[in-house]
Amino acid sequence: MEASTVAKIAGPGLDKKTLLNFLHQMLLIRKFEDKSGELYARGKIAGFLHLYNGQEASAVGAISTLAEHDLLITHYRDHGYAIARGLDLNRCMAELLGKATGIVKGHGGSMHFFDVSLGMLGGWAIVAGHLPLAVGLGLASNYLGKQQVVLCVFGDGATNNGYFHEALNMAKLWKVPVVFLCENNLYGMGTAVHRASATLEMSRKAAPHGIPAQRVDGMDVLAVREATTKAVEHARRGDGPFFLEVLTYRFRGHSMADPILYRDKAEVEEWKQRDPIVIFRQRLEKEGLLSPQEMEQIERETDELVVEAVRFAEESPDPPLTDLYKDIYADP
Amino acid sequence: MPIITYREALNHALREEMTRDERVLIFGEDVVAYGGAYGVTSGLVNDFGDKRVMDTPIAEGGIGGAAVGAAMGGLRPVAELMTINFALLASDAIINHAAKVLHMFGGQMSVPVVFRMTGGGGAQLASTHSQSLEVLFAHVPGLKVVTPATPADAKGLLKSAIRDNNPVLFIEHALLYRVRGEVPEGEYLIPLGQAEVKREGKDITLVAYSRMALVALEAADRLSQEGIEAEVVDLKTLRPLDMETVLTSVRKTNRAVTVEETWRTYGIGAEIASRIQEEAFDYLDAPIHRVAGVEVPLPYAKNLEQAAIPDAGRVVEAVKQLFVRTGV
Ligand SMILES: Cc1ncc(C[n+]2csc(CCOP(=O)(O)OP(=O)(O)O)c2C)c(N)n1
Repeated sequence: MEASTVAKIAGPGLDKKTLLNFLHQMLLIRKFEDKSGELYARGKIAGFLHLYNGQEASAVGAISTLAEHDLLITHYRDHGYAIARGLDLNRCMAELLGKATGIVKGHGGSMHFFDVSLGMLGGWAIVAGHLPLAVGLGLASNYLGKQQVVLCVFGDGATNNGYFHEALNMAKLWKVPVVFLCENNLYGMGTAVHRASATLEMSRKAAPHGIPAQRVDGMDVLAVREATTKAVEHARRGDGPFFLEVLTYRFRGHSMADPILYRDKAEVEEWKQRDPIVIFRQRLEKEGLLSPQEMEQIERETDELVVEAVRFAEESPDPPLTDLYKDIYADP
Repeated sequence: MPIITYREALNHALREEMTRDERVLIFGEDVVAYGGAYGVTSGLVNDFGDKRVMDTPIAEGGIGGAAVGAAMGGLRPVAELMTINFALLASDAIINHAAKVLHMFGGQMSVPVVFRMTGGGGAQLASTHSQSLEVLFAHVPGLKVVTPATPADAKGLLKSAIRDNNPVLFIEHALLYRVRGEVPEGEYLIPLGQAEVKREGKDITLVAYSRMALVALEAADRLSQEGIEAEVVDLKTLRPLDMETVLTSVRKTNRAVTVEETWRTYGIGAEIASRIQEEAFDYLDAPIHRVAGVEVPLPYAKNLEQAAIPDAGRVVEAVKQLFVRTGV
């Protein structure tokens, strides 16, 4: 009985445990972000802090399709991807607080999460600058016969940059296994997409390079998962790059420094009606896959994880001053 | 020892390193059929195939980034950017990314990539194609910058650069490719970050690098005829900078003149002079003089271009002035 209900919701390969885990992950990301925002307001976190609220379905859906040895490279709005990939939550929070135990020892901050053991290769803060890096990673994968798929995440703003086109062209020429995942959240900082991009469909920008593309509803974790599954299979088969445009919306400002004067309240409210977490939760409930007790448990677990992360971070020491001179050069 | 050109020496270095390590591959503009804009990669595709010698589009940002990514993915790419002038388009990948990975990501990963490019002027290519922008890159912690002056150095340094686990900018000089010199047979490495006394002398130290090291040597020969014995230090690597060799020499000769092709302001000479002043002030018998490129965009016309780039005559003049001023 239950198996067929699950089949109804997402097709084969998705059991109840996996679905609840998606909800768990999305909620964990949301709570981590809300807590980070709070700590920023209290002056405990500094620098730029780009929160991911509203876009959780994208990270959770997309990451769920990656194999263990696949690679991930993202822009600075990287917390969601890091958490979905399983980076240590405590060390991520410690990084935000600039502590020695941080995921990159307090050298990178919010925009530069990185964990090579999980194939999470950043965290890059120059818009579009990491797209060619993804091509190089894909080249290495092909060259070494590793069959690693590279998931490369960026925003709509990045598609207007020369790097974007250089990277897509080279990706196609070299047939690298890169899935370009563009999160179109309708804004690059305060500039609405129609004021920055001559074409409104980012997915069309892959066409000149002969790269197959798809647009997908980014508020639906299962839709993102389904599309990414196809894209990853395409890349894994050796058919070269694939381009996904994930339509989504960020609920908060571009960064914590953003007073958000450029958006209509009504527009924000409208999108909040489509909150990917609420929608998914309701769907699970409707299909009888989520009981109030199970929801309560997910709430409690995610709360605890975030509380523990903050405790860990706050109790962690600052990096020693001798760290300043560390890791400038590798041994020959 | 066989006498070969600077170009051939570089080609041999690439060949040997590709033979030694499967992870070494070359990509860049026109490196395959054309053999590289300056002929350095000539013939490599025949021996190593098009999986290891790859042409790229004319997209320096893409090349730079792909090289960084390939290094992060486990390869040891040698990316050819044609010239340092075009490296400006790849400077985001080089300065913002390659130089930062090890430190910013908490020491988890280094980037063993070599960016090869031609630098310098003197071929009447006008201002956008004649620049000596090595200072720009030598300014950046996390990068290594190598500037070989002779065929032997070119080979030994390039081999070390490819084996180095850090991002290295390997800057060849446009006018040196046809210069011949003795190159030791068999495999040898020259360590990065070590200057070399290329000529011993007791009266003054000339500090130079790349083609200007040869200019300094020529000047030293001429000075010798006038009774001044100049010691010539070739820096070879601009970052990390080997000040010990420079300081040891200056403590012996008590005088120094720096020679560089690039502009004087904020240049290598400024750095060297300042460090000598900080660490060997008591040894100095005269102020340190800087011979450098004239501070203009390099013009096309032959006479104007020649007037802008230091030559041995200018170095000799600078040295003689120093001795006159200090009354020796
Ligand atoms: C090369 C570069 N230019 C400008 C910036 C400043 N900047 C940071 S994020 C951003 C907006 C990017 O928007 P988008 O690519 O749509 O991603 P989103 O923030 O919406 O996820 C800008 C302009 C930068 N970091 N890098």
